[in-house]
Amino acid sequence: MRTHTKPAWLSTMALVAATTLPLSALAQDPEARGLEIAEEADARNTGWNDSVVDLTMTLRNKNGDESVREMRSRALEVEDDGDKSMIIFDQPRDVRGTALLTYSHKAGDDDQWLYLPALKRVKRIASSNKSGPFMGSEFAYEDLSSQEVEKYTYKFLREEELDGEKVFVMERFPTDESSGYTKQTVWLDQAEYRVRKIEFYDRKNSHLKTLTMHDYGEYLDQYWRPARMEMVNHQTGKSTTLGFENYAFQEGLDDRDFDQSALKRAR
Amino acid sequence: MSSQSMLDGAVMRYGRWVVSHPWWTLFLSVLTVMALSYPLVATVAGTAGPKLAMSKDYRVYFGPGNPQLVAFDEVQDRYTKNDNSLIVIEPTASDTAFNRDTLALAEELTDRAWGLIYSLRVDSVTNYQHTEADGDDLRVAPLIENATSLSDAEIAQVREIATTEPLLIGRLTSESGHTVAVNVVHQLPALDDSEVEEVAAEVRALRDEMLAKYPDHNIYLTGSNFMSVSFSEASQQDVASLIPLMYLVIIVITWVLVRSIAGTVATLGVIFTSMMASVGLTAYAGIHFTPPSISAPLIVSTLAVADSIHVLVSMFANMREGQDKRSALIDALRVNFMPIFLTSVTTALGFLSINFADSPPLRDLGNIVAMGVIVAWLLSVSLLPALMVLLPVRVPRQSGGLSQRMERLGKFVVRRKRPVLVVSLVTAGVLCALVPLNQANETFVHYFDTSVKFRTDTDWVAENITGLYTMEFDLEAPTGAGGVTSPEYLQQLDAFKQWWQDDPRVKHVASVSDIIKRLNKNMHGDDSAYYRIPDDPELAAQYLLLYEFSLPFGLDLGNQINIDKSSTRFFVAFEHLDAVETRQLVDDAHAWLATNAPGLETIGVSPAVMFAYIADRNIKSMFIGMPVALIGISFLLILALASWKMGLLSLIPNLVPLGLAFGVWGLIDGKINFTMAIVLGMTVGIVVDDTIHFLSKYLRARRELGQTPEQAVVYSFRTVGTALTTTSLILVAGFAVLAQSAFLPNSGMAQLTSIAIICALIADFFLLPALLLLVDRDRETTSETPMEDTHAYSH
Repeated sequence: MRTHTKPAWLSTMALVAATTLPLSALAQDPEARGLEIAEEADARNTGWNDSVVDLTMTLRNKNGDESVREMRSRALEVEDDGDKSMIIFDQPRDVRGTALLTYSHKAGDDDQWLYLPALKRVKRIASSNKSGPFMGSEFAYEDLSSQEVEKYTYKFLREEELDGEKVFVMERFPTDESSGYTKQTVWLDQAEYRVRKIEFYDRKNSHLKTLTMHDYGEYLDQYWRPARMEMVNHQTGKSTTLGFENYAFQEGLDDRDFDQSALKRAR
Repeated sequence: MSSQSMLDGAVMRYGRWVVSHPWWTLFLSVLTVMALSYPLVATVAGTAGPKLAMSKDYRVYFGPGNPQLVAFDEVQDRYTKNDNSLIVIEPTASDTAFNRDTLALAEELTDRAWGLIYSLRVDSVTNYQHTEADGDDLRVAPLIENATSLSDAEIAQVREIATTEPLLIGRLTSESGHTVAVNVVHQLPALDDSEVEEVAAEVRALRDEMLAKYPDHNIYLTGSNFMSVSFSEASQQDVASLIPLMYLVIIVITWVLVRSIAGTVATLGVIFTSMMASVGLTAYAGIHFTPPSISAPLIVSTLAVADSIHVLVSMFANMREGQDKRSALIDALRVNFMPIFLTSVTTALGFLSINFADSPPLRDLGNIVAMGVIVAWLLSVSLLPALMVLLPVRVPRQSGGLSQRMERLGKFVVRRKRPVLVVSLVTAGVLCALVPLNQANETFVHYFDTSVKFRTDTDWVAENITGLYTMEFDLEAPTGAGGVTSPEYLQQLDAFKQWWQDDPRVKHVASVSDIIKRLNKNMHGDDSAYYRIPDDPELAAQYLLLYEFSLPFGLDLGNQINIDKSSTRFFVAFEHLDAVETRQLVDDAHAWLATNAPGLETIGVSPAVMFAYIADRNIKSMFIGMPVALIGISFLLILALASWKMGLLSLIPNLVPLGLAFGVWGLIDGKINFTMAIVLGMTVGIVVDDTIHFLSKYLRARRELGQTPEQAVVYSFRTVGTALTTTSLILVAGFAVLAQSAFLPNSGMAQLTSIAIICALIADFFLLPALLLLVDRDRETTSETPMEDTHAYSH
């Protein structure tokens, strides 16, 4: 008779498991949960319309040599597609006035144009692989471009604490074949869904770089932006610091500020 | 000389104890050896404690302060590392690599190479980022995509580009297009010695897989990673082949010389335990084995034989005189204790002087042998007599021939002392005058003989596409940050490149000026009239920016342009170059830059440059090390022989053989490689042994037996002539075995050492006695003659 009754300890275990594990974790597979987090993060970062910011990029090599690039960035939120952005270079001097216009897309290659002031011409960047380093830094163009949800597939890993904050940890896998990465591991804080840290894995699946975000500030009472990003390449020993200053939002920019003639006027 | 007899007394007491307690002696010496060689057990059984390790980085040949290494590492840190695996593909079913099958192989190999461990960058003919005008825009795309679906016309077009593009020819494609290459740059974390082996293993597995999928191809593997693993693989090959051969030779020779099974077994016991102990001590000292230092245990074994032979020869002579085994042994110990201690110490001193050499593996070799010979001495006066007591010994019949011939030789030298002296001095003078025929020269790929695949692969690659001999220049623009796009700078790069290309040995030159020229052409609708450097520096900078925005992951310009665009890496690849040519090219290039591009003046760096200077640096450092060793050795000799005159006189037969050996080498080869420099230090320690034995017997005859110099010379010939001849034979045989090494620096070093040992024997048999007879004219009185001992010498 006893063999037909469930052992008491088993039902106790089931009860404990059901109460301690988050309900969502039980209800969802890791892929769905990862996507849900990405979508939530994206949703919290919607509606800012347009923004401008000044950037300072400091490159360091293994010898400790440093090199600084300065630029200004403008971005325009686009509904149902990737954002538009324009980056105007101020330093180094020989590329001053050079400007990069990007229409990012949720699917397919982004469109890019570069204005060369020495030539007074706009050139389309006709390459399909844009995963190379941005301005010789440790940031690839794809690390800086508009982070659309559709650019990755996701897999939730765990919850943990990072620097005393509760975070989600998930993996995301680039959908673009020309991406330089096979995988990224992302740490987002649970309070505001801000990215805190990303580890990048290269094509041989080894840890290539780590990006950390610092000194988040809140703008328009809802949009969080870091004041500083640190990217370290573990394989080459090179690193890049990206500093952000003078954030401004809803400056009244529109499509006309992001076309090819605007690119020529950008200076 | 009371101290002498006190020492004799102590040695006698020690000898008696050993002979009466053979089991204790055996137990204690074996215990000591077991403790010393424990790391062998730890390595094999994987237990805790120090373990044997093999170094696998070619950089170990250069000391941390080596100026060429420092300069090379600085350049590597400024751009990216250049540890590479060069994979070269040759179709066997077609005379061109530009066919769908071979290109598909190259494309797949390229793609897979990104997945190789520690790979940082993969450059190949397929992923080469070809630029061309696309209307008004710049198109940047891999040269070859989806090779299997290319049409014949497309293949012809690709072939035309690949065999004319200066960025590719002589690097990734051959001019004739019959072979193409994939270059993989690896960034080794340098945390573990086995990293480069992992890389080599993965590359080889990939090669095998590709060959299975694409038959009708050969794939050759070279590059710095394969050079590194070849060093350790050649060592392992040496260990496997040379050690058995060495033991075989030693057993045969010992048997032939002493004609005693017990003697041969005991000698073998001593050399084996000495070798084990020296290997163990290497691990305790934290030294990693390298091809030069792996020969140290072999050298220890060879040297250890000599100690045993001296003891055995005396013992058997005593027994033939009618002494019983034990007293014959005690006496043999007494007579040989000091001489073999002295010879071991002088040998150790000679080897320790190698610490002055620039290459750490050579210093390791010196230190391992120095430790080993001291252990060998201890075992020759403990383990050896214990074994001889315990083993049944039959007195071998006197192989009197040699001994009698020695005596006759002695008498001949005495009789013809003038002609002997004159002929010796003239011969020595002539041979020493030939020493300048030698030149520090070597070809580092040819460190390996043709049994090593790296060597044959690299030779093929050098003949067919590109060489492992390279030179890099970190050319700093005088105008600082952003200066690399200034027209003046780029013109200078271009002129530098032209200068190199006039040299037929140059296979490839990579210069950023070529990229800029190409971009200028592309930006002008591919009009070849614009294949030149733009006049406007900002335009060049902006072209470069546009180009950089178009490059894919891993194929950026960071390996050629530094981060603030103030300097570029200029790269030249050659066919095989020897060290002399390399040093000349370094000087010529520096002179060219100084004259034609004064702001860019710098010195070329590369592994080839490092290896080009290493032999020279080692020789120069040994010219400091050897005199230090000589002074130490002479000082010891003066003390031991208790005679200023004899001590100083001994310098001549110690030094002359080195001159003779290098003179002979100048005649037969004349190329000194980086290992041969240390022959100076190591041979001085070895050849001095002959002098010590000869002089100590001579002085005994003079002081203790009251003989005239003439009688004493004959006495020396009779008593040690045989032992010197036989030990020299053993040493020559031992080094002749080492001369079979697949690692040519070892083999050259061993050949030269063999020559030096033969020269030393000849010098000790002719020059030394002739000099003694000239200098020692019976002024030394023979007042002190401890008569009680004399019977021991007068057999």
